[in-house]
Amino acid sequence: MSVIEAKSLTLSYGQKPVFSGLDLSVPPGKITVLIGSNGCGKSTLLRSLARLLKPQEGSILLDGTEMAKLSSKEIARRLAILPQGPVAPEGLTVHQLVKQGRYPYQSWLQQWSKEDERMVNNALEVTDMDGLANRPVDSLSGGQRQRAWIAMTLAQNTPAILLDEPTTYLDMTHQIEVLDLLFDLNEQENRTVVMVLHDINLACRYAHQIVAVKDGQIYAQGAPETIMNEQLIRSVFDMECQVTYDPIFGTPLCIPYGKGRKIAKAAVAAF
Amino acid sequence: MDTLLSTRSRKTAGLIVGFIILAAGIACSVAFGVTNIGWRTIVASYTDFNGSQEHLIIKTARMPRALIAAAAGAALAVAGSLMQGITRNPLASPSLFGVNAGAAFFIVTGSAFFGASGMSTFATLGFVGAAFTAALVYVLGSIGNDGLTPLKITLAGSALTAFFSSLSLGILLTGGQTFDQVLYWFVGSVAGRDMGIFGAAAPYMGVALIAALVLARHMNVLALGEDVASGLGQKTIYIKLAAGIVIILLAGGSVSMAGPIAFVGIIIPHLTRYLVGTDYRWGIPYCAVYGANLLLAADIGSRYISFPQEVPVGVMTAIIGVPFFVYIARRGGRS
Repeated sequence: MSVIEAKSLTLSYGQKPVFSGLDLSVPPGKITVLIGSNGCGKSTLLRSLARLLKPQEGSILLDGTEMAKLSSKEIARRLAILPQGPVAPEGLTVHQLVKQGRYPYQSWLQQWSKEDERMVNNALEVTDMDGLANRPVDSLSGGQRQRAWIAMTLAQNTPAILLDEPTTYLDMTHQIEVLDLLFDLNEQENRTVVMVLHDINLACRYAHQIVAVKDGQIYAQGAPETIMNEQLIRSVFDMECQVTYDPIFGTPLCIPYGKGRKIAKAAVAAF
Repeated sequence: MDTLLSTRSRKTAGLIVGFIILAAGIACSVAFGVTNIGWRTIVASYTDFNGSQEHLIIKTARMPRALIAAAAGAALAVAGSLMQGITRNPLASPSLFGVNAGAAFFIVTGSAFFGASGMSTFATLGFVGAAFTAALVYVLGSIGNDGLTPLKITLAGSALTAFFSSLSLGILLTGGQTFDQVLYWFVGSVAGRDMGIFGAAAPYMGVALIAALVLARHMNVLALGEDVASGLGQKTIYIKLAAGIVIILLAGGSVSMAGPIAFVGIIIPHLTRYLVGTDYRWGIPYCAVYGANLLLAADIGSRYISFPQEVPVGVMTAIIGVPFFVYIARRGGRS
């Protein structure tokens, strides 16, 4: 089980500081979702946790060891990252893509093993992509494509998976398809999932823990049902809303104020 | 897009066919021309050299020409394939690194101010110029926080190409000398070079080709994007640097031997992807073999298009390449 911790993280793009002295601990075996308004630094935080960005100060610990002291391949065997909107080369098949997930296990001496083969087949099966294995990735629907990329990260066989906005550009059906898959991976295989999501309601539904990021600081962190309220949404997203409960899942549900048509209560009852 | 050769055995067969065509191409290149030479004479010129004019033509003109065409074609195609990989731009070619413009500038300068002449001197100057410019493009394209990006390298390449081309033209126009030899070099040709030119470039081009084969597996991962590759534990900066050096050696070697020859670096990598898909472990050897075949064929064709006069092979590849380029651009625009 991978434990990821950030200790007094300081990072800036050019002159503009993104974080200064940020601390974060990701609970192992749970789903953690980073939320926040555009440009608040949540993607930057996720990318730093996955060593795609180097912090100027502070450190990221993986199972208690500083990431900077681990080899990149060693990290890749413990932690997988799916960046936002990945693009596969034209004509690359799903099977070829998923096989690349075994890269951190290969070397001059060890080119392709039975274990690699088993992991690739398992990843295809779990994501329900085995029927599409020989199709080019660019011929698939958005949801299938995202599942293919998730299959690649699964072939990495890491206890932790980080995903940057895995549902962006997907329609509702495919969003649920992808999030259900990640939920199952957490439930059944106890994988640690950390992701950035834009949809607060879906975040509340799937996450064990939410990390709300504001201006490069962690504004609140905890189970959605304990931290989610009108005041948090107001501070983090600068938006007025009412927080109620999802009629099916019982998780917090944010309904923004603002404009829109109104239908009288009597008419709603007549449905 | 389904690939034509989908199984391992078919891909192997395609590669063997490529090698057979290569052997036949070299033989034809030696045999056919203004004077056709019989097979027996070709063999005899190596086994039983008698100093006759035919034997001399074979050993000093035809054979180096065939080998240079094959080597330059292979190098250009492999360099193009790697270039398209690291820039993630399907229309990128080795000339994007400024190799042609840089080589030309050094040759023009050498010729105008230092009295350089002869194809061997041009080859050396050309290689130094190509390597210098490509390294400069690489460094300029890597400056900044985000390192080497496809956009920055394309811009740096275009800028330096325009700069060196302008300087070269300026020198040619104001020099007031005759630059026949230089102009001949400018078109790109494999004729009139001796074995020494091939022998000088072949070793480092061979090493670069082997390095390209070793890089293939890493290029497959890099092709998924910088972030994905880093996430899989690749030190992308080293892979890109290694690919850059290989491109400089291959494209620089090719331009030093044959001058600027366009389109081989675009046509062949695309043809290869159509045949065997995106896997560089197949793509690199296919590019090498079929790149050699294309330039050999174009060079043989160039002897007959306005027989008995020869057209430089650089003109031939342009005639073949332009319609192909338009086709790729249109197809890319659609998808």
